[in-house]
Amino acid sequence: MDVRLSDEQRALRDAAAQLVDRLGPKSVAELDDRERRDRLDTALAATGWRELRDPVGAAPGEDDPIASTVEVALVAEELGRGLANAPFTGATLAAELRRLSGAPAAGSETVLLAPDLAAIARPGLPAVALDGAASESGLYVDPSDHRVVAVPLDRNTQVVPAPVDLTRGFVVLDADPDGPAIGGIAAVDLTRWTAFGLAVACADLVGVMRGTLELARSYACTRHQYGAAIGSFQAVQHLLADAHVALEGSRSTALHAAWAVDALDPDDALAAAAGAKAFCARAAMSVCETSIQVHGGIGNTWECLAHVYLRRALVSADLLGNVGANLQRVLDHRLGATLVGSAPGGQD
Amino acid sequence: MDFADSTDEAAFRARLRDWLKDNTPKLPPSSTSDDYWAGQAAWHQALYDAGFFGLSWPKQIGGREMPVVHEVIVDDELAAAGAPPRPSLGYLVLGLLHHGNADVQARFLPGIVNGRDRWCQGFSEPDAGSDLASLRTKAVRDGDDYVITGHKIWTSYSDQADWCLVLARTDPDVPRHRGISAFRLDMNQPGVEQRPLQMINGITREFGTLTFDGARVCADDMIGEPGEGWRLAMTVVSHEREPQELGYVARYRKTVKELAGKVGATHDGFDTEQTTALAWAMVESEMLRQHVARRLSDRLDGVVHGPDGSVDKLLMTQVEQTVGHAAVSIGGAPYAGEDPTPLNTYLYSRAQSVMGGTAQIQRNLIASRILGLPAS
Repeated sequence: MDVRLSDEQRALRDAAAQLVDRLGPKSVAELDDRERRDRLDTALAATGWRELRDPVGAAPGEDDPIASTVEVALVAEELGRGLANAPFTGATLAAELRRLSGAPAAGSETVLLAPDLAAIARPGLPAVALDGAASESGLYVDPSDHRVVAVPLDRNTQVVPAPVDLTRGFVVLDADPDGPAIGGIAAVDLTRWTAFGLAVACADLVGVMRGTLELARSYACTRHQYGAAIGSFQAVQHLLADAHVALEGSRSTALHAAWAVDALDPDDALAAAAGAKAFCARAAMSVCETSIQVHGGIGNTWECLAHVYLRRALVSADLLGNVGANLQRVLDHRLGATLVGSAPGGQD
Repeated sequence: MDFADSTDEAAFRARLRDWLKDNTPKLPPSSTSDDYWAGQAAWHQALYDAGFFGLSWPKQIGGREMPVVHEVIVDDELAAAGAPPRPSLGYLVLGLLHHGNADVQARFLPGIVNGRDRWCQGFSEPDAGSDLASLRTKAVRDGDDYVITGHKIWTSYSDQADWCLVLARTDPDVPRHRGISAFRLDMNQPGVEQRPLQMINGITREFGTLTFDGARVCADDMIGEPGEGWRLAMTVVSHEREPQELGYVARYRKTVKELAGKVGATHDGFDTEQTTALAWAMVESEMLRQHVARRLSDRLDGVVHGPDGSVDKLLMTQVEQTVGHAAVSIGGAPYAGEDPTPLNTYLYSRAQSVMGGTAQIQRNLIASRILGLPAS
């Protein structure tokens, strides 16, 4: 047991941090800066980090991923911290779904989700595509026959006009999604995929917490009232201290969840990821709300980045199941009941 | 980055699991029963003698110089076997290793580690709680001895202790943090009076009050230099805050396992509030285990956590109190005279945000020493 990051993992984390520090949005106004966005997208594409879960090769027996979930999580955390508004979450989840289905890797793809984000989409029901405007296709799973279907996103889609998350938009599919089957996925692999998605969401939430806590911390050091920096007041200090504690607990459990995806049996990996997700989601909501509170009136204005963090947290908190759904997964696993898989209606 | 056992660790785990089959004492939880303390010394000694206590400490004091992450395995297996947690002595050992000279370490530490010498910690006083540096117990030099006069309170297990690590003021004329020294005091002497203090859950062995009236300590039994007592106390309490030193993860996971057994697969007779309380207790106790693994792994790099101990303490507090809520929620309060353990587990959990430095003090430390917020 040694949960320190390797030198290579530290280098990857540092490179991801540098990329978002250089090209991520520094203000709400910069979110819509087309040129910066394109540069971020191009730079992220050049790193190959979206393809970390592609298989190492195309030949049989070469279906192991290029990198572990821990590496994916390190990148996801930095992108969350820097509010990166370039596709990663959807692309990574799609790559993992393809790999587990035995399908060849494809670029510019995302996953289709049920509109509450609680599970992968299924035929005959409404669906949304995470980062859909920037993706050429989206994957869903047909629970009747375990087919994985790639739906072209170039037509019959509508960009959600007022997105919840200002950094990761959705498109809504207006017709029944359809497209070619790219492969089939076994129930056990769908469980593994769900664990993977939850672990990536946890990492994003940890990053979001780090980002918004630093925003609030630096504001508390510079904003003066009553002739003193507000960060010198114990009431403000305790809010920020509690946020830091929530962040540190989240880091530990998110790291374990990422490790568990590749190391444990699928059911155990899902339980680990579900527990971590419940913890991180609750923590992230609280930390993001604290950040708004510490910012006072400014924190309730559109121009303050605090709500951008909160909005991003909302999506990651709901992704593949909200707090209640994930607590239920933990209970089912620990109490020996049948585990509820990711597909709507269970593992049929 | 690996949460799994290495080959050596797996062998260690198997040995421990095997040993626990025949050596798990039927002790009630320390937090809810006085009977625990009667058997605690034997448990400590058995664990030590079998090679499962003091794992990472130097060999010359009875340790085994193993990588410190083995403590995670010990906590895992104790919880799984329903055994009591490992004795919480890491903070005392680390304090003496850091501040004691070679003579003090050689004389005092082996007995602490092997469980033959029982120590308590005389820090807090009736008028010096969170503001520990205001302590008034004094030590006055008299020949080869110091004479100790004063009162201590919240002294855990003082009725069991052979020795007391006592903080006393040796120099009233310097700034208050610099005039405090630390001693090992013999509890079995005239001039030491010990009285139990009953906790809100009724147990009487956890807290004691001590009165020193002319108690004597040998000057050679000073730990650290004169005036080093404050720094020693800060070393001790910073580790006293850490779940990795306390081993309480085993206690929490054991309770959660018992609660899960009560609720069962069908949840029959349990409502949503109860199952939700149980689910959070599961999630948080696993989080703490993973957090301890992370902190102990950092130590493999030689990283010594200073103010981070306050973070660990607040996480541990959260878990203990979440488990306490789940216990009374699922177990129920004994209105008709049923088993009082769930209620007492809950009541005991309230102390966790006070002992070892209150939650408020931990937040102050995090704000100033980790977040770098300006002084008020």
